Amino acid sequence: MNALDAVRSALDSLRASPLRSALTMLGIVIGVAAVIAMVAVGAGARDQVLRQIASLGTNLVMVGQGSVVRSGVKLGAGTASSLTEDDGIAVLAEIPGVTVTAPSVRWGLQVVAGNQNWGSVLFGVTPDYMDARDWSVVQGRGLSDEDVAQANKVVVLGQTVVRNLFGGGDPVGEQVRVFSTPLTVVGVLGEKGQNTQGQDQDDVILVPLSTAKRNIPGMAKSNPRFVHTMVVKLADGTDQEEAQAQIRDLLRQRHRLIEGQDDDFWMRNLSEVAATRDASSRALSFLLAAVAAVSLLVGGIGIMNIMLVSVTERTREIGLRLAIGARRRDILMQFLIESTTLSLIGAAVGVLAGVGTAMVVAGLAGWPTLIRLDSVVLAVAVSGLVGVFFGLYPARRASRLNPIEALRHE
Amino acid sequence: MGPHRVQALDNVSVEVRRGEFVAVMGPSGSGKSTFMNLLGCLDRPDAGHYRLDGQEVGRLSSDALAAVRNRRIGFVFQSFNLLPRQTAQANVELPMVYAGIPRAARAATALKALAAVGLDSRAHHRPTQLSGGQQQRVAIARALVNDPVLLLADEPTGALDSATSLEILALFQRLNRAGLTIVLVTHEPDVARFAGRVLSFRDGRLVDDRHQVPEEAPGLREAVP
Ligand SMILES: Nc1ncnc2c1ncn2[C@@H]1O[C@H](COP(=O)(O)OP(=O)(O)OP(=O)(O)O)[C@@H](O)[C@H]1O
Ligand SMILES: [Mg+2]
Repeated sequence: MNALDAVRSALDSLRASPLRSALTMLGIVIGVAAVIAMVAVGAGARDQVLRQIASLGTNLVMVGQGSVVRSGVKLGAGTASSLTEDDGIAVLAEIPGVTVTAPSVRWGLQVVAGNQNWGSVLFGVTPDYMDARDWSVVQGRGLSDEDVAQANKVVVLGQTVVRNLFGGGDPVGEQVRVFSTPLTVVGVLGEKGQNTQGQDQDDVILVPLSTAKRNIPGMAKSNPRFVHTMVVKLADGTDQEEAQAQIRDLLRQRHRLIEGQDDDFWMRNLSEVAATRDASSRALSFLLAAVAAVSLLVGGIGIMNIMLVSVTERTREIGLRLAIGARRRDILMQFLIESTTLSLIGAAVGVLAGVGTAMVVAGLAGWPTLIRLDSVVLAVAVSGLVGVFFGLYPARRASRLNPIEALRHE
Repeated sequence: MGPHRVQALDNVSVEVRRGEFVAVMGPSGSGKSTFMNLLGCLDRPDAGHYRLDGQEVGRLSSDALAAVRNRRIGFVFQSFNLLPRQTAQANVELPMVYAGIPRAARAATALKALAAVGLDSRAHHRPTQLSGGQQQRVAIARALVNDPVLLLADEPTGALDSATSLEILALFQRLNRAGLTIVLVTHEPDVARFAGRVLSFRDGRLVDDRHQVPEEAPGLREAVP
């Protein structure tokens, strides 16, 4: 008996009791659908994060003042002005592969326009910083080098600020005040939405770095050259780890830190952020794998059960087939192909159901979903193996029947 | 098998010649079916020999026996044993499936075999749509389709009324006249009279082996399509 005949005969006998076949497949259907849908949701979320990160560029390194949080204790935080504009200049000058260093300061404050008042975050930045952080302007213009050089009293507003102060009207040319300093609005930033931590990235105002230092009381008291963070941009193909090590050495040297003393700055690159995300999504994947394994196991046991019933019901048929010339392995293959066909059809239905579920989730919850071809291939392959594995025992049983007794079976 | 060992057949020595039509008779439990199972290579003798068409089959492997059953023996059963969900044609094709014959050739041969038993118009009917006699004809077509040297029929008319039984017997007689060797089990002398030789079993022994002039089945001529 060739494979095509075997598959055709398997389909015939599954069609003979459609409801039973459908119910038997259900375990596999649910298992596969759950895997496909959950992987799609997980992959969609991860893909979104990766795209956000890619839009920032992975060849960026953020350097900030103060120490990293270690074991819950913030070490050396607030150490007065550990990072300066001169550090940035030195990094640019001395570390090979560094193309830009963009300093910034940030300050939480109230912004006033007319009789409207809004709490937001001010960034004192340079045009380089805007480029590096992918801050684009949709109305008016961005900050220029001239604004920075002359400490012009200009400001670029994020969408959330525009909405709250101007009710969505065009603010370009209008005045806002921070700490009673009037600033002229020259531009509006494009909408960025929430970042990966759920913060509103549109609730910001940008002013030239020099303007921030000159006009915000208390900001530049101890050291007029200080910065909160700086973005270091590396040329394509630069060894990031190598560059980071060099930056660290240089900053430690400039800050006169001795051996054994902790860094008084932190450093982070975006691929590290990606890696953290990756690790948490891997934990999720293990959970998914466990769910999938359990449902496929249950589905497999269902298949085995129904195949055993089928072998008993069809004892005479098996006897007849043996009598007219089927070899034992023909009978074995017939039942194996039947159980595998069951599980594969279940898997196919499960794939469709999983894709459908993912689409519904995407539509209703607004979550991004991404159907991963590898999850489909894996789910179908595993289902096939489940069909073979759990079909083996019933099939062996069928193939070992004595034809004489089988033909006498009622 | 220990203390309950049953000797279903004891010291039976028979030679059936090519082209014979043999009826096997005897009371229930006398070993007729056991004898047929040996002839059909479904069972192997614990002792002794069985030579089919000159070949010693007692020592063949299970796969080789399957091939012998497939190519050289045709079975007809009392209860037809057709696959209920398959058409007559698909049922007739089944032995060819195991012989590895391609689909197109199978269909042609099956239709020819159905025509030979007068059922070419019922090729696409399922067993439930056929009368008992028609079902048995389908089973006979299935038995013939691989061109066997020996046709074995265990009470083929046991489930049929007398008129239908005669039709089936006429068919057997016609096939026998065309050269097919037939061994048929029956309880009824009415059936045995159409055979050229009658073997009688009792308690697993062959007690009588008698040649006779077969009666001609009524409708033998008409049965030829
Ligand atoms: N598998 C078996 N195990 C044990 N005993 C068996 C087995 N098969 C047959 N027998 C015994 O062998 C003897 C012959 O049985 P067999 O089926 O050949 O009889 P039969 O002549 O065909 O009877 P019937 O006319 O009722 O069909 C019986 O006593 C039966 O009980
Ligand atoms: Mg019997």
